[in-house]
Amino acid sequence: MEQWLVQSLVLGLKMFLIVNGLLIAAAYLVYFERKISAWIQNRIGPNRVGPLGLFQSFADVFKLYLKEDIIPTLANKGFHAIAPVISIGIAIAVYAVIPFGEYFYLGGEKVYLSIAPHINVGLLFILGMSSVGVYGLTLAGWSSNNKYSLLGGLRSSAQMISYELSMGLSLIGVLMISGSLDLMQIVQSQTGGQWNIFFQPLGFIIFLVSAFAETNRTPFDLPEAEPELVGGYHTEYSGMKFGLFFLAEYVNMVTACAMMVLLFFGGWDVPFLYETLGLEQGSVLRALVQFGVVVGKMIPFLFLFIQTRWSLPRFRYDQLMSLGWKVMLPLALANIAVTGIIMMIFQ
Amino acid sequence: MIDSYIPLIIMVSVGFLFGLSNIVLAQFLGPRKNKTKVKLEPYECGIEPTTSARERFSIKFYMTAMLFILFDIEIVFMYPWAIQFKELGMVGFIAMNLFMILLFAGFIYVIKKGALQWR
Repeated sequence: MEQWLVQSLVLGLKMFLIVNGLLIAAAYLVYFERKISAWIQNRIGPNRVGPLGLFQSFADVFKLYLKEDIIPTLANKGFHAIAPVISIGIAIAVYAVIPFGEYFYLGGEKVYLSIAPHINVGLLFILGMSSVGVYGLTLAGWSSNNKYSLLGGLRSSAQMISYELSMGLSLIGVLMISGSLDLMQIVQSQTGGQWNIFFQPLGFIIFLVSAFAETNRTPFDLPEAEPELVGGYHTEYSGMKFGLFFLAEYVNMVTACAMMVLLFFGGWDVPFLYETLGLEQGSVLRALVQFGVVVGKMIPFLFLFIQTRWSLPRFRYDQLMSLGWKVMLPLALANIAVTGIIMMIFQ
Repeated sequence: MIDSYIPLIIMVSVGFLFGLSNIVLAQFLGPRKNKTKVKLEPYECGIEPTTSARERFSIKFYMTAMLFILFDIEIVFMYPWAIQFKELGMVGFIAMNLFMILLFAGFIYVIKKGALQWR
């Protein structure tokens, strides 16, 4: 077969797998969110649809498809419809540069475990895209022409841009150590247990807190603070448009966990694992194990996201802003300075 | 070099097409009747909406956005420096420290002026 045909077939298959994998991951995150919250609150949780309620999320998705789509008369119809598309589009597009492993050879063809493997600005692309994601929430809040939505949209945009600063600054330490923006190379620079978490513990904590704020999760879920703002920016959304916002939130959560694993916890690196199992560079089995390691490392962080939501109360808005600007930002700057000094001494 | 960005562009369009197709699909699957005037009003907890939602809001949001742009540009300057950190050596380190000290002085001025005071 011709080269370009094989390559585009592989590319299409990878995209299909990624998008469907994300949807299933989001569905099961919702399921586990409900189950874990139930266990924390001494309830049973969803247990009717399928064994142990395992098909609950799929039933919910079908229900959302079959719901009436209400657009308020006062809303700007175009922006109202485009806002959830921006949110989910950005959330999925980020996965073009996230690698889940190195590569394997399939009939002489080198297949990478990421969609766009030769891009050397991967991390910059992720940060840029997550900045664009703010537009989805802001447009949703503004176009609904509802006071609650407007307040929710404004709050979320101010919160997300504030924490984006400390998020961007917390990654500079990692970049100084690895010397690349390519996620594949950042992971390769951590090979053999030299994970960035050991050199950048403060950077990781700043990144973790910023990631909670960026994904609008408790204790930073002020954009949709239920007792005061009804639903925040998605008050006026119903049916699948609401579902897309919901999906985008969970996909962003998976992205944040993937970034934590790749940037701070060595990605697919486990010391001596591949040598002990005798897996050769470029074999299909090695790629599969790498994928499994990345996903396995992501699970504790996903659990942390869910568990935090059900154990911590929400911040007040002025507390949230002063934490972002007066604590996280100086700490992130100090982290860069200290990293620089230590690297200068030990060079 | 440039053709390595083609998968990226395709993935971005896949993401947006996924969102669009879901909204279009939901239009056909969901019911489209029972649209009364009251149902299509903005939701305000059952009270009839009196004024438009497009009102004036707190200046603090503008201040936050403007400060964000300032500091975001700082971060954009820092990324290339961080990647070349090992090659630049001591000169680059001192230069960036001067830049950071200047910016931190501005940051302290902003805080002392109360630009980030939310109450």
